[in-house]
Amino acid sequence: MTLPTEIPLQAYLVLAAVLFCVGVWGLINSRNAVRVLMSIELMLNAVNINLMAFSSYLDGQLIRGQVFAIFVITVAAAEAAVGLAILLSLYRNRETVDMERFNLLRW
Amino acid sequence: MTIASTTQLICFAVLSLTLVVGAFGVVLLPNIVYSAFLLGGVFISVAGLYLLLNASFVAAAQILVYVGAVNVLILFAIMLVNKREDLSAIPGLAVRRLLSALVCAGLFVLLVRVAFTTPWALPGPASIGEEATARIGEHLFSDYLLPFELASVLLLMAMIGAIVLARRDVFASDVITGEPADQGLLEKARTPLLTSKP
Repeated sequence: MTLPTEIPLQAYLVLAAVLFCVGVWGLINSRNAVRVLMSIELMLNAVNINLMAFSSYLDGQLIRGQVFAIFVITVAAAEAAVGLAILLSLYRNRETVDMERFNLLRW
Repeated sequence: MTIASTTQLICFAVLSLTLVVGAFGVVLLPNIVYSAFLLGGVFISVAGLYLLLNASFVAAAQILVYVGAVNVLILFAIMLVNKREDLSAIPGLAVRRLLSALVCAGLFVLLVRVAFTTPWALPGPASIGEEATARIGEHLFSDYLLPFELASVLLLMAMIGAIVLARRDVFASDVITGEPADQGLLEKARTPLLTSKP
């Protein structure tokens, strides 16, 4: 299988940049705590796209980027499980999922 | 298996369109259930991009882990905390959104500039294509063995931690009277069980 030379590397990088920036915006502005976790998943996927693009275009023989992407997927799965457990615990204690009311550690 | 370059371009355009539209939908839609399903669409589009990048194993892992596990977990969390609540208005919310959008746009411009000004070492070595799965296995059991084992320990810790955090301390029967205890749903207020009395 030949390298896809028609799609430039920069196309993947720009796509990942769009995904990452949308994720950052959602992370800052979401009021719902579940949506914050979804935004984190978007950002992790953007990083994974970058890793895979570099692995395919610049490191075609020793695809180290793919190995790193697998590790990122593993850590993302663990993060999602623990994050949602924390969310359930918070919901039981505060009776809300509004991020503005999780201000226990604020002043 | 070589896909023609035009087909690749069309696939890339369609996948990136669904990816961007889905990502904006995840962030902007008011109904969180729609957001969760669009997030599944985003994950599937990312898996399609991996297939375009000659990485079938990681695409399969993406489908299995993200669509099959993380998305279902998020849907379960939405179901468990599904309470209609009117979020109280916050002064200056529009200004905050605008400012953060400006910051994100600046970050995007920076990233695009880096992507286009860096002299990438292109073209790199030829892709090994379908040999990738075997090569990943060699990596995982030779030079990345320690991270591989650490990942298994991390998954075990996350599993135990999630169970400990999400568990409720309810007992099937009251410890003193022996009557069946009220195992309320998560939405109900916590029923005082006779667990702490002497």
